Amino acid sequence: MVAHLVRLKLALVANGLRRSVWQVVGFAFAVLYGLGILAIVVAGMVAVGTQDVALQRTVTVLVGSALVIGWWFIPLLAFGVDATLDPERFATFAIPRRVLVVGLAVAALVGVPGVLSAVAALSTSLAWFRHPGALLVGVVAAVLGLAVAVVGGRAVVALAAPLVARRRARELTAVVTLLLVVSIGPTLGTLTNGREISRETFDDLVGVLAWTPFGAAWAAPADVAAGDPALAVARLAIAGVTLAIALRLWEGALARTLVQPVHAGSGGARPAGLGVLSRVPATPLGAVVGRCLVYWFRDPRYAMALAIVPFTPVILWVVGRGGNADLVLASGVLAAFVCGWGVSSDVSYDGSAFWMHVSAGVRGVVDRLGRVVASGIIAVPLVTTIVVVTAAVTDRLDAVPALLGAAAGVMLTSYGGASIVSALFVQPVQQPGENPFQTRQGASMATVLSQTAGWALVLVAASPPALLAWFAVSRSSAALGWATLALGVVLGAVWLTVGVRVGGRLLDRRAPVLLQRVIAFE
Amino acid sequence: MPTARTGVPALELRGLWRRFGEKVAVAGIDLVVPAGSFYGLVGPNGAGKTTTLSMATGLLVPDAGQVLVHGQDLWADPVAGKALIGILPDGVKLFDRLTGEQLITYAGLLRGLDRDTVTQRARDLLVAMDLVADARTLVVDYSAGMTKKVALACAMVHAPRLLVLDEPFEAVDPVSAANIRDILAQYVASGGTVIVSSHVMDLVQRMCDHVAVVAGGHVLAAGTVDEVRGGMSLEDRFVELVGGRVAGEGLAWLRTSSD
Repeated sequence: MVAHLVRLKLALVANGLRRSVWQVVGFAFAVLYGLGILAIVVAGMVAVGTQDVALQRTVTVLVGSALVIGWWFIPLLAFGVDATLDPERFATFAIPRRVLVVGLAVAALVGVPGVLSAVAALSTSLAWFRHPGALLVGVVAAVLGLAVAVVGGRAVVALAAPLVARRRARELTAVVTLLLVVSIGPTLGTLTNGREISRETFDDLVGVLAWTPFGAAWAAPADVAAGDPALAVARLAIAGVTLAIALRLWEGALARTLVQPVHAGSGGARPAGLGVLSRVPATPLGAVVGRCLVYWFRDPRYAMALAIVPFTPVILWVVGRGGNADLVLASGVLAAFVCGWGVSSDVSYDGSAFWMHVSAGVRGVVDRLGRVVASGIIAVPLVTTIVVVTAAVTDRLDAVPALLGAAAGVMLTSYGGASIVSALFVQPVQQPGENPFQTRQGASMATVLSQTAGWALVLVAASPPALLAWFAVSRSSAALGWATLALGVVLGAVWLTVGVRVGGRLLDRRAPVLLQRVIAFE
Repeated sequence: MPTARTGVPALELRGLWRRFGEKVAVAGIDLVVPAGSFYGLVGPNGAGKTTTLSMATGLLVPDAGQVLVHGQDLWADPVAGKALIGILPDGVKLFDRLTGEQLITYAGLLRGLDRDTVTQRARDLLVAMDLVADARTLVVDYSAGMTKKVALACAMVHAPRLLVLDEPFEAVDPVSAANIRDILAQYVASGGTVIVSSHVMDLVQRMCDHVAVVAGGHVLAAGTVDEVRGGMSLEDRFVELVGGRVAGEGLAWLRTSSD
């Protein structure tokens, strides 16, 4: 049965690759990337093998702990990252639970991350090639550590599943997690600022980790090498108990899942009446604007894009702390681009629901303009606020007209560019309700190329007001500032008109083709 | 709404072809759907029903062939043609972050109806589909049957002259299905044309006056239900046309009493 499950997983991976050439390319890149990392880890372990026991211990425990922590918590962020063998799908088969558990655990190692983890885990024992006893314990410890990582990870996910299955909870978790991830860089920057990173910094950390389920197994060979076998036994015991508890928890959760499958439940929200749709003009254009506005607030994929925008000043502030403090002033312009270009994935986000526009014969221009107006209703006040606030905080209120001009130019031009690009290309995106961290397979080269080309186009088209703004701000020239504002609005309006018209005409011709492509992605 | 010119079919397909990669899904389908008929499209899985209906309604570009909706070439002037059609496609999503009421309103506004008409019709449709209690629930939280019903409401909101429904009764409960059948029958009686695709022969035989049997991308038989079934039940005639029945003693071991 274990072999069956492993073979099933292999078949699923292989069939996934057969679906498109781009998936093979993506898979090849993942393998290459993984092999690169692996080469560094293995070489590092051998190199560490020539060093003293204390350093060997620090490195092996850190690498091993990182592995375990990764397996335990990354699936929480990227929920369903590997749902190819979803236990729920086995609910109708009479498979003994213990067998299913072992099979699923082994099958979890089939795939790029699993194989890489296994090799990396075993390579930690290489660090002990000068101590035969420690080497032997190291291999045992590595297998145990890997088991703790995989089974523990499944246990954490199984425990969290009933919670995460609720739509609202899942959406909320995703947004909060993204904000946390975005703030990791800045936080680390603040923490390490002005403090030397030394070996002692890690020694304390490793001392603690070695007594936790994350690091215990990996510390055992170091104890043997240091001549303290009793301590090694204690560490292995900690790892063993962790594995036993994780197995029990996973089995228990699995038993519940198999009897009482979790399903995405109702969010329970009861919006009053028609909402925005009752306040827009009763035309196809008004309808598109209203529907997009509803989505901007109710679909977490849009909400996430918006949630990041207010953090642009923080990001630029952190980046600019090296001396270029004025970089913060560019926040509004960056936010304008993010908002403007955001429209480019609108049709992809619609997914096959886009058929409503196709079947209603909505004119391309109406579709394009509706999406832009809806985004603009949110983006214009947001970007204006960011411009004024960053200018006020940096005491450069004189720069506001120039910055607004640049932001207007960039935003309107991005809207225009995005209107054209999204009428030509659609990309595979997360489905509503899916975890926003789960990268859809086959985000292809074509997507990357079309996005890059679009960005370049927007960059060139919006450069006049942006450059003028730079002159105006750096020379503190009020006259140039007002000129920038005029240029940004006028030139932006021209590009927007061109973009919406061209995009609209393209859509009139290509809407059924786009529709078939998004249907194929689902 | 202008009255149909007599003799002009509601829908006419001429030599429709569509190929996906190596596979030919629709291989030269000709079909005439008379105005005012209740037309059933039946066929085994993978027969090309959905592909045909997608091309007939402007959702999928045909490789070759022509689609005439009340005499107008659909692919020559999609906007004018689509205005006459209401569609319930199968296997696609809806804008499911809208409530049921919002979704019907959206469909109506997209079709260019004015505010009062949309409000009135949305209310009527919610009543007809028995969705009043769930009008303010997000469509994503609807059951499969409720989703079908709200999609059907969206297809009808602009009072099209031709309704094209792909598997409209799938997952719909018997009471709702009966209500929907009544609505469709009234619509046909008042001059509208309905095309439904279905697997359920019984339903098609009782409900439709015309039927076409499709398999392997071809039309095997088409005409009034009585012509096509020729004295047999539609189900028997269908099996005779399509073939594929496995005769004999298959799965002999599947007898629990055999040991």
